[in-house]
Amino acid sequence: MKATYLNSKHKDLGGFMVDFSGWEMPLHYGSQLNEHNEVRTNVGIFDVSHMAVFDLDGEKQQDFLRFLLPNDIKKINGQNKALYSPMLNYEGGILDDLIVYYLGNKSFRIVSNCATREKNLSWLSKIAEPFNVGIDFKSDYSILALQGPNSHKFIKSYIEKDISKFSVCNTDDVMIASTGYTGELGYEIICDQEKGIKFWNNFISNDVQPIGLAARDTLRLEAGLNLYGTDMDQTNTPYDSNIGWTIDLNDIDRDFIGKNALKEKKDSKKILKGFYTEERGVLRGGAEVIFEGGSGVVTSGTWSPTFKKNIGFCRVDKNCGEIGSAVLRDKKITLKFSNTNFLESLK
Amino acid sequence: MSDNEKNLKFLDSHEWARDDDGVVTVGISNHAQELLGDIVYVELPQIGSNVSQKDGVAIVESVKAASDVYSPLTGEIVEINEKLSDSPEIINSSPYKDGWFFKVKPQNINELDEMLDSDAYKKLSEE
Repeated sequence: MKATYLNSKHKDLGGFMVDFSGWEMPLHYGSQLNEHNEVRTNVGIFDVSHMAVFDLDGEKQQDFLRFLLPNDIKKINGQNKALYSPMLNYEGGILDDLIVYYLGNKSFRIVSNCATREKNLSWLSKIAEPFNVGIDFKSDYSILALQGPNSHKFIKSYIEKDISKFSVCNTDDVMIASTGYTGELGYEIICDQEKGIKFWNNFISNDVQPIGLAARDTLRLEAGLNLYGTDMDQTNTPYDSNIGWTIDLNDIDRDFIGKNALKEKKDSKKILKGFYTEERGVLRGGAEVIFEGGSGVVTSGTWSPTFKKNIGFCRVDKNCGEIGSAVLRDKKITLKFSNTNFLESLK
Repeated sequence: MSDNEKNLKFLDSHEWARDDDGVVTVGISNHAQELLGDIVYVELPQIGSNVSQKDGVAIVESVKAASDVYSPLTGEIVEINEKLSDSPEIINSSPYKDGWFFKVKPQNINELDEMLDSDAYKKLSEE
């Protein structure tokens, strides 16, 4: 199994290690509920170095990214910002979702998911070739995520000035960006392993709680953030995955991969909705959801530590109405459809 | 292993049982609660219901997964741990004491002998 450079640290901290897409990663360090609550109310640190970092090289990086992605990197033109986008195939299917960071000096960095590392490397290299853009896979980089309402207190000594949401600060080969996967104020730190281990040790010695993948999943679900491979994959488009907003058609002259195919898929009958129920028991991925006139399927479901009820995402028809039902252990339970961002819809 | 744990009998499906003067208390093992992680729901059997050996009679659900809890013996459910409905986390913190699930009055107490002793269970759960 592959391991991040912090593997032994996780074990020392009592991490319950599991196989995650071929990587030995901490699921939790004792209680995923405590970890979840710590991030919602205070601060926590995640090792997400299993994700993939690709640094671009060459004159035409922006042209390449404008062709590669449906979201338009021109939006952040010259600003030290980050941009979320899915990456599509020519049929408009979602290959992955990722964040592009502007590092300054006309240079960009892509951070994408773990399970798609190798596939993305070959796809990016293929698409980048005609643009003479090089793809440097930083496979041994450190990615830490410091997340929670008090995260700023622990990061402020490392950044020159306060950075607003989706901003990037890149100095001395340490990139700190105000991005994350929890719905909280937070920062992601990308640097080499030597520096990464210093950051990690510093946070841990200041009593920042390490957070495992189990809490990462409940945090992202409450925040309405999709998980690639679970809530969407190549058989889906941004339109049926609640991320239609990433398709930027403002520049009518811009061509990007999947653009033509998406024109026909724009009126997708299916959408990704949130649901919650007050009833006992957790509806999990794969469960069938029934509503008047049709049915759909749960893509992710969990017990929400913040709202103390069963929440999830489901792919259903646009006209699913407000109420649905499902069968859980031979019992019919009633669901309410909602916005996927439960931090908004249930607050 | 605690003394408490040594006196218990186990199923390979991770339930424990203890004979208290002819009434058998049943719960899930420490290993099982570790595997499940934070427990959020429990469904318990009805008091007075008749159960058969290896019937799924309760359900324990963590944030991660749901799992059946089997009765190690045939008999009648005579008591359930009502505290678990509101505070299922007791199972995580005290699987062998406060986190018990139900008590069964067995038809045949000798069915306990078919269960694993704590050493055999420990060996199995370490595999």
